[in-house]
Amino acid sequence: MRDRPILCLPGARRTAARTLAALLLGLMLPLAAMAIDESVAFEDPALQARYETLTNELRCLVCQNQTIADSNAELAQDLRRETRDMLASGASDSEIKAFMTERYGDFVLYKPPLKATTLLLWLAPALLLLGGVLVTVRVILGRASQGVDELAVEEAEAARGERT
Amino acid sequence: MRYLVPAGFFLLLVVFFVGLRLNPSEVPSPLIGKPAPAFELPTLSDPEANFATGDMLGRPALLNVWATWCAGCRVEHEMLMQLSRAGDVPIFGLNYRDERGPALEWLQALGDPYKTVGYDPEGVASLDWGVYGAPETFLLAPDGTVVYKHLGPLDPGSWEEEFVPRIREMIASGGSPGR
Repeated sequence: MRDRPILCLPGARRTAARTLAALLLGLMLPLAAMAIDESVAFEDPALQARYETLTNELRCLVCQNQTIADSNAELAQDLRRETRDMLASGASDSEIKAFMTERYGDFVLYKPPLKATTLLLWLAPALLLLGGVLVTVRVILGRASQGVDELAVEEAEAARGERT
Repeated sequence: MRYLVPAGFFLLLVVFFVGLRLNPSEVPSPLIGKPAPAFELPTLSDPEANFATGDMLGRPALLNVWATWCAGCRVEHEMLMQLSRAGDVPIFGLNYRDERGPALEWLQALGDPYKTVGYDPEGVASLDWGVYGAPETFLLAPDGTVVYKHLGPLDPGSWEEEFVPRIREMIASGGSPGR
């Protein structure tokens, strides 16, 4: 029982079967790379482009680090359907975003609007950079003011200490 | 100046301490303080009968979003049964992306805490309510304003902390308790 192979293939045909399996796996790879939302929503390329932009800017709230274009969660399917329907009925991009925000809040947008509650979010990168620059400048200035002489003396002392 | 860097680190520590303990899957609902979105759905038990937002008005009420595929709903079901037995607040259900047969079996097997359940297999009404998972429980004011939204299973702790004070406040300010 223990020694029986999981795949019950006669030895002679095993290599051929392996080659075939590898080939089949290779054929399946492009499937993995294909988009979740593979069906083309609109015949009109302009509408299709807007649809793709929008679905790539809206967050799937169940699978939070994916857009609704990336996700096949039921909620993402619902939101894609809603986006498609609204586009088909002539809604503007901002109307669709407003519709989503009314229901799910700014969090649904990958690019949230700049306002009081999101100010910190928008400024954080700049603030962090500024903080980093300040710390770097302080460290460099501190070293400079410590003076080369002082350092040289310290080093000389250290060297003397080592010798004795 | 020499305390600036330690102070900065301390501040960062506080920010992380608070921020990293927040649950990112709890997205605050923009519906709070706004009128409940209108819907009209067939009820779960009778496809001919309707259940609409207006049916929940007149007293503080709960709208519980559930489905048989949702493990958290199974967890909170006993809590809903207890609330229903206590009878202080009517509980309405919104059956979210589910199938009628299993949903009815669920209520038969585990008990039915709901006054009415709306059947929303396509998640159409649920989308208007900003539902993105289950269970979710909305607290509605007598005039239909969305007062609060709880994400995840209800438990006695969250009930006492999040719902009871708000319901008391509503009753004190004129809404009659639902009996």
